[in-house]
Amino acid sequence: MREVAVVGFTQSPCMRREPDRNEVEILIPVIHELRKSLGFEKESFDFVCSGSSDYLAGQSFAFVSGLDAIGAWPPVCESHVEMDGAWALYEAWVKMQMGYADTALVYGFGKPSMGDLPITMALQLDPYVNTPLWPDAISLAALQARLLLDAGLVTEREMAEHAVRDRKNAKRNPFAQVKGDFQAASLLKKPKLVSPLRQHDCAPISDGASAVVLAAGDRARELAKRPAWIRGIAHIVEPQELGVRDLTRSRSTELAAARAGIWKGAVDVAELSAPFTHQEILVERALGLGAKTRINPSGGALAGNPLMAVGLSRIGEAARRIWDGSASRAVAHATSGPCLQQNLVCVLEG
Amino acid sequence: MSEAKEPLELLRIPIELDYTFSAGQSASRFLRGIAEGKLLGQKCPVDGRVYFPSRGACPQHGMPFGGDTLELSDKGTIVTYAIVRVPSENIPLELPYIAVQVLLDGADTVLMHLLKAKLEDVHMGMRVKATWRPKSEWTTSVGNILYFEPIAEPDAPYDSYKEHI
Repeated sequence: MREVAVVGFTQSPCMRREPDRNEVEILIPVIHELRKSLGFEKESFDFVCSGSSDYLAGQSFAFVSGLDAIGAWPPVCESHVEMDGAWALYEAWVKMQMGYADTALVYGFGKPSMGDLPITMALQLDPYVNTPLWPDAISLAALQARLLLDAGLVTEREMAEHAVRDRKNAKRNPFAQVKGDFQAASLLKKPKLVSPLRQHDCAPISDGASAVVLAAGDRARELAKRPAWIRGIAHIVEPQELGVRDLTRSRSTELAAARAGIWKGAVDVAELSAPFTHQEILVERALGLGAKTRINPSGGALAGNPLMAVGLSRIGEAARRIWDGSASRAVAHATSGPCLQQNLVCVLEG
Repeated sequence: MSEAKEPLELLRIPIELDYTFSAGQSASRFLRGIAEGKLLGQKCPVDGRVYFPSRGACPQHGMPFGGDTLELSDKGTIVTYAIVRVPSENIPLELPYIAVQVLLDGADTVLMHLLKAKLEDVHMGMRVKATWRPKSEWTTSVGNILYFEPIAEPDAPYDSYKEHI
């Protein structure tokens, strides 16, 4: 495997509603700051890959205007995925493995506040029999939570404790949206949003963008004092139809984790992108994380959830812990689709 | 033998998604400007090229523009044109009409608009000026300019606009 590392990361603050700026204007300073921090102001990247969704913008080919943020003249080698930026990073990593690029810029951006996000998400379901019923994303997650509670696999208290932990960690993250000191007991007294889920079980809706730079071999050593080397990365998908999946565990996360080689060593830090508390529990279990791992030092997706960038941000946040020496081995997770349908696991080492 | 069934040919699944669209800071600046009869562009901090309408960043260098704007003249040069003789459902104009790309004086990007002139007169390099709607009708729209019309000035030399075709 070719040595490829994460050497740069920037993000915008997660905001419930970005009042003024459009998607691209949220992205522009993020990219600009990243280029500046790495001395890439004039130089171009060998490859650029982005993740965003036209359904969030409500505009076809909305992602093309994102190119304004990178400066695409003279023409650049570029690609786009209609997925979280973590999958754009995967594409860039593959390109670098094949020797087509030594440096890559990866970004994800979205402004879900422009539409009704839980309803927009129904469009990722089977278009013939599921989408026409318009099941919103929170209701689908609630069905999964109900399965877990009824099977005795999680408790509401455990779910609340995850929200408490993430919100507490997020106090140290200036980009997080939901943060502070909370008590599980008082969160559990709050009304249900979509039973059995309460507000604290659901990730916020966030407008935002993030960007990462990858570099190979010596180029990475030039750009970072302590590059966060990608030692394994894999993504696995489950069937689209919810009825044929086991929703009480995340098989695809387990398989991706195995392929990424997560269990070859201790995990110091894990950054998870699960948008509901019960899903965070499932992902922790699938990754086999124990008490020795610091989970979501940034607060994770439950503290800030810029759709299409949130998974990429987890990789950036995990890499930051390698750069600053607070971790020697870190894991980042990203998800896509309803009820943890598709999962990506990335293992980083210093 | 099972009964032959007609293939299912049509499935109606109406999709309706509502958005509260935001034009963004840059386009809003431009639209607020045109509501006052001002044509606002922005200058790239790297090479000084003037982009009209203003946008968030220079698409060539990826440099953020910030809030500074530049007011441009409503006179310009036709860099290319098309005489349209084919009707379109969305365009309520009487045929034929002239679609033009106008390079406003001081700008480095072109604006697409209409030209009111005799068909046989239109040509590249032709000098034109905007004809505005009455001020009382101005809104945040490029439609505040009804069309461009030729003005009595000598043609712009080809070299002055060849880069913008």
